[in-house]
Amino acid sequence: MTTAVEQKPNRLRRFDRAAFFQRYGVGLALILLIAFNLAVTPNFATSQTLAVNLTQVCTIVIVGVGMTLVIATGGIDLSVGSLMAIAGALSPMFFTGQLIPLPNLYVGIALGIVIPILIAGMFGLFNGWLITKFSIQPIIATLVLFIAGRGIAQVSTNGDLQVFKVPEFQAIAIGRVLGVPFQVWIMLIIVAVAAFVLHRTVFGRQVLAVGGNEAAARLSGIPVNRIKFLVYMICGMCSGVAGLIVIAMNSAADANLIGLGMELDAIAAVVVGGTLLSGGRATIIGTLLGALVIQLVRYTLLANGVPDPAALVVKAGLIVLAVWLQRQEQA
Amino acid sequence: MGSFRISPSMAVVAVLIILTLLGAWRYDGFLGTYNVQTVLRYNSMFALVALGMCFVIMTGGIDLSVGSVAALSSVVAAHLSHYGLFPGLMGGLCAGLLAGTLNALIITRLKILPFIATLATMLAASGTALLLANNQSVSVSYETYFTNLGQGDLLSFMRPEWVDADDAGILGGVIGFILSFPTPAFIALAAYIAGAIVINHTAFGRHVLAVGGGTEASRLMGLPVDRTIFLVYVISGGMAGMAGVILASQFGAGQPIEGIGWELFAIASVVVGGTLLTGGNGSIGGTLAGALLLGIIFTILNFENGMGWISLSAYWQSVVRGLFLFVVVVLQAKLSRSAQAA
Repeated sequence: MTTAVEQKPNRLRRFDRAAFFQRYGVGLALILLIAFNLAVTPNFATSQTLAVNLTQVCTIVIVGVGMTLVIATGGIDLSVGSLMAIAGALSPMFFTGQLIPLPNLYVGIALGIVIPILIAGMFGLFNGWLITKFSIQPIIATLVLFIAGRGIAQVSTNGDLQVFKVPEFQAIAIGRVLGVPFQVWIMLIIVAVAAFVLHRTVFGRQVLAVGGNEAAARLSGIPVNRIKFLVYMICGMCSGVAGLIVIAMNSAADANLIGLGMELDAIAAVVVGGTLLSGGRATIIGTLLGALVIQLVRYTLLANGVPDPAALVVKAGLIVLAVWLQRQEQA
Repeated sequence: MGSFRISPSMAVVAVLIILTLLGAWRYDGFLGTYNVQTVLRYNSMFALVALGMCFVIMTGGIDLSVGSVAALSSVVAAHLSHYGLFPGLMGGLCAGLLAGTLNALIITRLKILPFIATLATMLAASGTALLLANNQSVSVSYETYFTNLGQGDLLSFMRPEWVDADDAGILGGVIGFILSFPTPAFIALAAYIAGAIVINHTAFGRHVLAVGGGTEASRLMGLPVDRTIFLVYVISGGMAGMAGVILASQFGAGQPIEGIGWELFAIASVVVGGTLLTGGNGSIGGTLAGALLLGIIFTILNFENGMGWISLSAYWQSVVRGLFLFVVVVLQAKLSRSAQAA
């Protein structure tokens, strides 16, 4: 919520360093990183580098969009990685014709895309049901599917690696439109739609209202439970999309590995992007930039000979710094 | 008031006993030395991590870093095991305590939410573990008795011959049973007894529960809130460190990539054991039962498969564990709601 600014308009004129970093910090960090790389890293300004970095963040951003909406309501979703595994494990069963005989390949691909995403959405609804119906804290409610979800994916494939070669399906990840990988387009569309919904629609305002002050939102007639149901469902569907992209990229589905640790990557992107963990203020573009910053830091370190594990330590520092800056502004 | 209430932690102990009895009745060798040793040896690591988590959760916090801290400690312990058992043990423990201190500092000094602070420490510990281990597992020394910590059976030297005789009777059976416990189980047991004493009989224990019940109220009452919060994260780090030492010792190698998901398993154990995630109450014994319950599900599945009636892959264990967590949290929610209504 922006109450602090509205109450004291004269603060706008003075330069507020903390607020400035809070608002533009991520974008600034991104610009600095790009400038640094242009100066130091060889072959940085190539479309190759751009494509590599973008494909690395695609799934994180897509899941991060769902996570941003969930966190905007003051919740959290730990089950995203497991839901990715479920969607990714189920999809090949449809387009390889394992489950049902197919009239033609494209029907199979359509089923293999739509049904897993819907199922992931249903599991998201299950999260919402636990959270609203039983008033269970989101972190525990989604822990159920974090544990059971990957098990469901593994059981349904017997833990086996499903290898496939269906270029028509794999196009959703590695096909190119205007020279840009298709998954990047998917990511951009999801980001654009979500940003529009969050900032320009009634639903978006309601999401933020629920996170800002749930009791007040309820009293003012906002359907709090329905909003929560919806954000967890959307988060589940985003995870489903990300799961499909992962298997399309690898041309194989491994229920043990799809989306492993994704919950933490997505939360990190959201937090670095400037969304408040306590809910009430959220930015989808911030999440995109947050994911890009984390990725670019990693790329910069790797490209300059720093080992990958060291990048993890830097990422940890980034997260603490981002949240600490948030706190400075609130204080 | 006055009526008898079944507390959630008593319920989970009861379920654990019922499952154990069921297993003993249904499967041959369920309570046999080999099976008991395997179950306890492996699950004592999780039990230790869950104990530390229980302290943290009782203050209303959370510690996501325990898994990678255990991995880091296992690497440090493996490196130092070449200098002897004691350096290995202390090195691993200190690595855990240090990581816990880092968590505590970020949370109490920078005032950052435990969820985020420990998430960052998780990444940092994981990165450090990989750096120290050079991206591969680090083998421990087999010449310094270090492996006894995880692989040995502490009291096996005391085992009198008569308990293995055919006419040893129930007493002999029970004594033999207890003497066959593996070393890690004794470490975990000692930690749990100490933990229960600390929570129930020390000022610090009361502070932990008071802070979880209401941080602001505790502060106004003049309790050392920050110091209490500081200490629980150090304890949690220490427990994760000990688990890491056992991990290295048990598998003969420091494992920089182990520990993924341990934190959530530990949280599940604590919650299944009847501790509310909102803090302010909790049960050390319930946490132990919760950890054992989640561990024993795997064994029961294994034995059930061995009977040949059903054939469930090992993957079902996570589904069953998730179901358990589901049932417990829903029951807890209903219980606390009816308690509010009453």
